[in-house]
Amino acid sequence: MFSERMSPRALLLMLPLVLVMIAVIGWPLVDTIRLSMTDARLAGTSGEFIGADNYTKTVSSRNFQSAFWATMRFSVWSVLIELVLGVLVALLLNQRFYGRTLLRALMILPWALPTVVNATLWRLIYNPEYGALNALLTQIGMLDAYRSWLGEPSSAMTALIVADVWKNFPLVALIALAALQAVPKDIRAAAISDGANAWKRFRYVIMPYLIGPLMVALVLRTIEAFKVFDLIWIMTRGGPANSTRSLSILVYQEAFAFQRVGSGASLALIITLIITVLAVAYLMIMRRFAGEAR
Amino acid sequence: MEHQSRWFRLFIHLMALLVALIILMPLAWLFVMSISSNADLSAKPLRWWPNEIDISRYATLFDRSDNSAGQAFMASLFNSMKVAGMATIAAIMVAIPAGWALSRNPRLGWVLGGIIATYMLPPVALSIPLYFILAKFGLLNNVFGLGLVYLSILAPFVTWLLKSGFDPIPKDLERAAAIDGARLDQMLRIVILPLAMPVIATATIFAFLLAWDEFFYALLFTSNQDAKTLTVAIADLAGGRVSDYGLIATAGVIAALPPVLIGILMQRSLISGLTNGGVKG
Repeated sequence: MFSERMSPRALLLMLPLVLVMIAVIGWPLVDTIRLSMTDARLAGTSGEFIGADNYTKTVSSRNFQSAFWATMRFSVWSVLIELVLGVLVALLLNQRFYGRTLLRALMILPWALPTVVNATLWRLIYNPEYGALNALLTQIGMLDAYRSWLGEPSSAMTALIVADVWKNFPLVALIALAALQAVPKDIRAAAISDGANAWKRFRYVIMPYLIGPLMVALVLRTIEAFKVFDLIWIMTRGGPANSTRSLSILVYQEAFAFQRVGSGASLALIITLIITVLAVAYLMIMRRFAGEAR
Repeated sequence: MEHQSRWFRLFIHLMALLVALIILMPLAWLFVMSISSNADLSAKPLRWWPNEIDISRYATLFDRSDNSAGQAFMASLFNSMKVAGMATIAAIMVAIPAGWALSRNPRLGWVLGGIIATYMLPPVALSIPLYFILAKFGLLNNVFGLGLVYLSILAPFVTWLLKSGFDPIPKDLERAAAIDGARLDQMLRIVILPLAMPVIATATIFAFLLAWDEFFYALLFTSNQDAKTLTVAIADLAGGRVSDYGLIATAGVIAALPPVLIGILMQRSLISGLTNGGVKG
């Protein structure tokens, strides 16, 4: 009944979704664009049209630049470590050892833990007076005096990245493991009997199967990391000295704490633009990968 | 299979143990904190297992007497259930027909692309107008209003999941049903839904967990027990002046329990959903 031609029935079936999406996504997005060209405030004035002023001010502001680089540092390091660790753990999970099924099952736990609970847990672990990290490092003799891991600009970002990696590397590992299991056994056996060493087998036999799913994981994780709010808000609120203030946190402060809705909107749209580029990359990779799989 | 030396096998086992410890230690510590007394938690050197197991904090949080910490916490727990439940049901209801239409009409591929792109939109891009809209309709600090906002995340996400879940269901059944004169709604209810039940169940769980996890909109749009969700309540505890770290940990354990249990019980379908969903499109 659904032929190649788009039927009126298909449109009827799409209608509820389309209405919902216009109401809660389409209209707000358009309104954000309008607001970004005004000097509107959260309470009081609905704002005058001021053209691209917000954008030029935002991009040249020091706050934006520091938040942009903080977000980049967080995203690049988190995602990079998650991918490397994820692939290594997937290679491990693909070996035979006692308790393999159990370890594979454990991988779901950090993923299932709510982000807010994860952030709270790590905040407690990093606590300067009673935290487990200080206690552990002191007891095994690696640390002389307790440190304020989240309170020092030199360590706060690293501490956040560790918390993010812990929660997300297992997901990458599961994705990579699924890809590894798709490698036909006879191809592997053939490579071994041809005398290919471990690296060559990884590079020429396993990598072709791994690259598609890994690219997808890379882009999806990068998008997630670039939007980061919860983790940082709960662990450091962007401090100390704004060293961990991400772009999303800057928008929150600008629009809702300082009530400068207009410039907050322009900032939000700049983030959206960056994420759109990443999303387009994702769609292109997916299309290419889907084409190969068929 | 390749010959594996004893050293290699030992190495593999050690690495597996290390990974297991890395995953389990923080989780175990969260639980230990929740059952340790304050004296044990502030002892130096720190006690890794409590002198005496203290479960009074669970009692505190489940105590619903007036103006207690437990009352506020339980209210947020119920708010989370209501918001996540409403948003999930609404999302599934709009996504089933849409996902089916997308699955059966390859021409609508660009629409799917658009839906995936909107799912990736950062919440900050919508938050300001959503605040004004909710304020206008008196829906700030309201579970229904927050549920509506969550649809902006769940509706595109569930449609995307269901579309890829419907794809493998053969079209022949629909053709046969059409020849027998089935109406559109009959076809959906009698032919598609029974076959798609496992996919719909997985999508429901993903959607519920996503809503259960949400923090940014809940922080912005709720202010007290009427609508505050669990994530915001935990953030309040963690960021406030509460010096009872064990209580914060206990709240964390309770909030983590439903998704972790779901994760363990539904492992197989979740993992296949997680590993396929992103790749298939």
